[in-house]
Amino acid sequence: MRRYSIWSLLRNARSYHEGWAEAWRSPEPKPEYDVVIIGAGGHGLATAYYLAKEHGIANVAVVEKGWLGGGNVARNTTIVRSNYLSPESAFLYDKAMELWPGLSRELNYNVMFSPRGLINVGHSHEDMTELRRRVRALQLNGIESSMLTTAEIAKKAPILDCSPTAPHPVFGGSWQAKAGIARHDAVAWGYARAADARGVDMIQNCEVTGIRREGGRVAGVETVRGTIRARKVAIVTAGHSGVVASMAGFRLPLTAYTMQAFVSEPMKPMLDTVVMSSKLVSVSQSDKGELVIGMSTEPYASYSQRGSLPEIERVAQTMTELYPCTRRVRMLRKWGGTVDVPVDASPIMGKTPVENLFINVGWGTGGFKSIPGSGFVFAHTIATGEPHPLAAPFGLDRFASGRLISEHGATGALVHGE
Amino acid sequence: MLLINCPWCGPRDEIEFTCGGEAHIARPADPAALSDQEWAEYLFMRKNLKGLHYERWHHSYGCRQWFNAARDTVTHEIHATYKMGETPPVVAGEDGVVKGGNS
Repeated sequence: MRRYSIWSLLRNARSYHEGWAEAWRSPEPKPEYDVVIIGAGGHGLATAYYLAKEHGIANVAVVEKGWLGGGNVARNTTIVRSNYLSPESAFLYDKAMELWPGLSRELNYNVMFSPRGLINVGHSHEDMTELRRRVRALQLNGIESSMLTTAEIAKKAPILDCSPTAPHPVFGGSWQAKAGIARHDAVAWGYARAADARGVDMIQNCEVTGIRREGGRVAGVETVRGTIRARKVAIVTAGHSGVVASMAGFRLPLTAYTMQAFVSEPMKPMLDTVVMSSKLVSVSQSDKGELVIGMSTEPYASYSQRGSLPEIERVAQTMTELYPCTRRVRMLRKWGGTVDVPVDASPIMGKTPVENLFINVGWGTGGFKSIPGSGFVFAHTIATGEPHPLAAPFGLDRFASGRLISEHGATGALVHGE
Repeated sequence: MLLINCPWCGPRDEIEFTCGGEAHIARPADPAALSDQEWAEYLFMRKNLKGLHYERWHHSYGCRQWFNAARDTVTHEIHATYKMGETPPVVAGEDGVVKGGNS
């Protein structure tokens, strides 16, 4: 890998930037690998990188139906935070939070992580009770978070209508200073480039059509480009987990929903923090000046990857009520992604009924922020065959034992778009 | 905006309805006899079909009746709606292939 630096920039400037090498190879699949990862999204690529780096397993292929980083890692609203209620989730998301600040240096790729702080706004006494409960739980777990008064929120987010006559009165909120946003595509590309440099094969346009099993053990995957044998296979699909799991003969306790987001035209700086409202609208301003607006999941199962009009109408109305100055702002584009939401709104990672077949799915609406932590602990799970201590509570076995990890509050009343 | 044909009220806008998820999940005849794993299968595990999906809908802001719908989860096309207790209709896809039976 040719390192990126100010010197490489200057050197390439002399040749009119025509001499840059490709960031990763596009190899033909080998007949056999130690590990095949299904899905070249953020989680799959991070898993491959940490397998190679932390565990010395570089004979790995990441197979992808479409193009690398073209799924939910390119379709989220880039928010990074770790303010989750239960200890299990708080520690898992905080592992990612611990890795985010050093990620650009580690990958030699600028992921533009910007810890600009995040406000959760409460609009009723019930919201405030819920937020206080969550902040206190976080504090007990040693994770930084605090409460904000209405006056403090008005100072941090002046465009939010905090007046006593606001349609959605602001009762107060919670705050996490180390939360923020990152450049979503760069995270996928950075992990892909760093994994490629360690020998991992990224195989795009290679849809998996079946999971090969021999005597209860996984033996590889069938793809549109032929059979690829593997000692271990990992399902790391964001929106089609149920479909891929059915190829291996088991079902998952989740539902695939559509979630939308949209961005406005670029504007001058008006919001230097992230604001999530309990009215299921989240807003941040990108470095280009666009307002990035996150919505909630659509209310029925869908693989359409496009959103419905009632949800756009709801969010547009709520946006103009919360932020009256956005009334005449034009929207540039909107998009939808497919998110798998488990019944308890917590991810599923670990073993499956098929030996040596692992899953890391069901991140629902919160996948982006958890990419570094998820990849780190899941690589450990694949390499050792046993879940990493942080991942252990998130196994598929929790649905039989009854130890569900309910995070409907932290992810939003239904589920919060991010 | 989907137009959903409530078997009791006729066609109405989707905002009047709530989706209740996968339909035709039979409650085990003898729940006490199930293992934890079997109970989890019944309670939580879902088919997540990409394509034709039989699911429950509730006309929450209308007659407040539950009914079933055969809907495509990719195109959102609703092939049929039918009352609770009725046999799921067999739906022929665009390719003429019959996909019924909620398999």
